[in-house]
Amino acid sequence: MKHTLAVLFCSALPLLAAADGRLLATGGASSLEGAAGGGITPWAVLAGYGEAGECGATAFATRVDSQDYRLDVTGAALAWDNRVELSFARQRLDISSLHLPDSSLNQDIFGLKVRLFGDLLYDQLPQVSLGVQHKQQQNFLIPELVGARRDQDTEAYVQASRLLLGGAFGYNLLLNGGVRYSRANQLGLLGFGGDANDQHEVLAEASLAVLFNPRWVLGVEYRQKPDNLGFAQENDWSDVFVGYFPNKHLALVLAWAQLGDIAGQSNQNGPYLSVQGSF
Amino acid sequence: MRRVWLIGLLLSACSSMPARDVSLYQSLGEQAGLTRIVEGMLLNIAKDPRIVGHFANVDITLLRDKLVQQLCVETGGPCQRSGDSMEEVHKGLKLTRSDFNALVEDLIAAMETQGVPVPVQNRLLARLAPMRGQIIER
Repeated sequence: MKHTLAVLFCSALPLLAAADGRLLATGGASSLEGAAGGGITPWAVLAGYGEAGECGATAFATRVDSQDYRLDVTGAALAWDNRVELSFARQRLDISSLHLPDSSLNQDIFGLKVRLFGDLLYDQLPQVSLGVQHKQQQNFLIPELVGARRDQDTEAYVQASRLLLGGAFGYNLLLNGGVRYSRANQLGLLGFGGDANDQHEVLAEASLAVLFNPRWVLGVEYRQKPDNLGFAQENDWSDVFVGYFPNKHLALVLAWAQLGDIAGQSNQNGPYLSVQGSF
Repeated sequence: MRRVWLIGLLLSACSSMPARDVSLYQSLGEQAGLTRIVEGMLLNIAKDPRIVGHFANVDITLLRDKLVQQLCVETGGPCQRSGDSMEEVHKGLKLTRSDFNALVEDLIAAMETQGVPVPVQNRLLARLAPMRGQIIER
């Protein structure tokens, strides 16, 4: 509903066609949870390329192939005025290798991100954004069996992002850091809260990237994770990524993701590929 | 006596060296290089429907000379600032953040065409980025 309203709102504005007021790559890619950012963490930037008075929109598809699982995500985001971002992501984790009653774990994520102050590149202060994500696990049978307490939950995060011109031996350096307040098990694919812990926790997220030119970026990401379920350990995530932004309509991200233990299967590491269209 | 001499040396070093670092000016190819970059940027602007309208009633030759002069000053070259302040010349234009970024993109494209190394481009952009506040929304 919110999406529909925002689409109508944006469509009503003649400026929509000229929504490329921000510099290349400053809209980031699409994170696994739909918000603009890196891959496993959101950044403070808003989706697309809209500046003040403009709209931006993105749609994306991402696949992560780990040792025993495959995660597919599709989604979209809409930003207005370089101020507010609405996002949606649909996740499907293929667990058919485990031979359980359900062959996948599914989740829908509705996201809202607001730029509080600052700017990624200009102004004195870094860009700081506050985000809220409402997550709905869609097939709760397995998560409940392994100790998860609920199939939907809301979590919040604060992210700060800054692009330092020439900050990495002359090349532009993107720094990003923030905290999340969450109790989601494996992003929420295994539900929320659990037998070992049922409280939200403050979790750190950070990333660093170097832009070799306006189109190519190389970076690393880190995301702290809760560990709420007694049956299996959950590990922090990290990845190394290469991003390619040939123009303001396309972004490609190829990464190597290290997802650790997932539902009892260890060393879930593998390639991550994401394609994003910007409008 | 030796101390006086040392202080004198320090003082003269300070007065004759007004913290001017000419390396960026040199890396950009001095006056000739800056002129090529500015002319390339103006040609890009001429093809840029986002902002070309702002330059409709502008004396482009004069603008080119002013921009070269300004870049020369900003990059540590042997030039003197002249004319009105940045705030003054942009008064009433109501340039937006998007306009500013469009110009930055046209500048980057001009530097790429001229084969300016990315770290040198970034040094110039880092000098210009703080000026956004004097240019936009006036």
